[in-house]
Amino acid sequence: MNLATFYAQHSKLIDQIGLDALLALSLSICLQAGQLALAQAAFMGIAAYVSAVVSLNFHWPLLASILAAMLASTIVAGVLALPVRRLRGIFLAIATIGFGEIVRVVANNLSITGGAEGISGIPPDATTPVIYASLAVVALALYALSRTKFSLAIALVREDESAARGVGIDVGFVRFTTLAIGGAIAGLAGALYAHSQFFIAPGDFGFGRMEQILVWCVIGGVTSPLGAAIGAALLTILPEAIRFLADYRDVTDGLILLLVILFAPRGIAGLWRRGARGRA
Amino acid sequence: MIAQQLINGLLLGAVYALFAIGYTLVFGVLDILNLAHAAIFMLAAFATWSMLGAGLPLPLAFLLAVVLAGILGVLLDRIAFAPLRRRNAGTLIPLISSIGMAIIFGAIARGIYGVDERHFTLPLLDAPPMRFGPVTFTTVEISIFALAIVLMLVLTYVMRATPLGRRIRAVAEDSVAAQLLGVNLEHTIGATFFIASALGGAAGILTALQYNSVTVDMGGQIELKGLAVIILGGMGSITGAVIGGFVLGGVETLAIAYNLSEWRDALAFGVMFLILIIRPRGIFGKRALRAA
Repeated sequence: MNLATFYAQHSKLIDQIGLDALLALSLSICLQAGQLALAQAAFMGIAAYVSAVVSLNFHWPLLASILAAMLASTIVAGVLALPVRRLRGIFLAIATIGFGEIVRVVANNLSITGGAEGISGIPPDATTPVIYASLAVVALALYALSRTKFSLAIALVREDESAARGVGIDVGFVRFTTLAIGGAIAGLAGALYAHSQFFIAPGDFGFGRMEQILVWCVIGGVTSPLGAAIGAALLTILPEAIRFLADYRDVTDGLILLLVILFAPRGIAGLWRRGARGRA
Repeated sequence: MIAQQLINGLLLGAVYALFAIGYTLVFGVLDILNLAHAAIFMLAAFATWSMLGAGLPLPLAFLLAVVLAGILGVLLDRIAFAPLRRRNAGTLIPLISSIGMAIIFGAIARGIYGVDERHFTLPLLDAPPMRFGPVTFTTVEISIFALAIVLMLVLTYVMRATPLGRRIRAVAEDSVAAQLLGVNLEHTIGATFFIASALGGAAGILTALQYNSVTVDMGGQIELKGLAVIILGGMGSITGAVIGGFVLGGVETLAIAYNLSEWRDALAFGVMFLILIIRPRGIFGKRALRAA
């Protein structure tokens, strides 16, 4: 089988892997700062609606609609960061889950979002090269970020907030910035999702989606962006690979998740780090 | 009109409360959020449906399904939480492993029952509604309400007046100190999961009977609303979960009465969000479980 036919058969899946990797990266940056903030699906949804509305109602070109969507999701993430700045751990998780549900209900009831029917007829111009170019840009940006001192601040805020304060790190600023970056990346994924799906509805951005994103990050390795992206890719391919299990195939998702948590607590990233140490 | 809404609110609230007690009990004892609670809620409803289909009488099917839910809860703890306790895994990892178990439970139910909605064929469900002055309710509604209240009273008795209740409260207060005083930690946690999941299962069966519908996705909404209830009442507080359940039931019923039914879900989560920001301990906070 040559590459062209392989692509023709699996283009949907290939696009989806790129989008899922973006979503995993958007949560990963928050988790790296120790923030269990579970609003990525909502940021994605807000951006998807913004990009759909500006391209359908105002005929904006793809790039402009993506930028508008990212701006919207970043602002929302930044605004959300303020009230939740004192919340930690499970309480931050619950507050952000609640925020996500509010966004879903609002999308379900506004006329501009098409209510429960959603919006259809979005131009499908987010092609595979567009999606992967976006993923590459985000990956490069995150790599550049990881070379700065700021990434050390992020890690220290995760490991020990009071120590971070002690060495003069502005913890609030780190938390705000990582949430906003996460919002921007989730927004990019949302806009691309809208422009690769033709049709979006509030249910696409609910708690089920959020759970998936979280699962990818944990399987990949909570503190590793690359691991998170690989986790997303693996778990997006897996259901396709085991179609023969029909209704039971989700069992393997749950089993893999449990096995990773119980036996490889640092996720896939932890496995190769352990391997690298073993050789050294 | 108001009296009828009040009755509807109490009915809805009783089931919310029953579900939320299990959620909050596990949080109070272990400080973890158990996202598989809603899956057990759903499995108990399916188990009841199957047993009724096999010809068992409703009370027996209910009892067996509740016990099954409790056993599933113990199993959940042994597989998903106990190994993590031994290595002090924090809050994120147990949350994820409970999602893993929820996925497995859900997939098993989908494998066995498919995605179709199931209904009960019970004479109880067809009984004519009763009128008391301005309010009407059906036999099944009053049975659900009575049963939910009885279960809550039994739980209160167990928590306050039995050695098991004392052990659970001791572990919630300070698990290390409780162990030093001779409390068997693993047994107590197992018992906590049994009670929490049995109540969650009972809530699932009652919800299924109330709407005469069992589906694989039936736990999706209450899973998140249960969060709103336990935040409102205060994480870890049983009294708080009960009051939070009734408050949410009442508020949602009023929202429907005032034609805001599309927005009622946003209301629950909006209140939850505000409480987390203003008073994260909720109305009662964690102390209440210890003092229950």
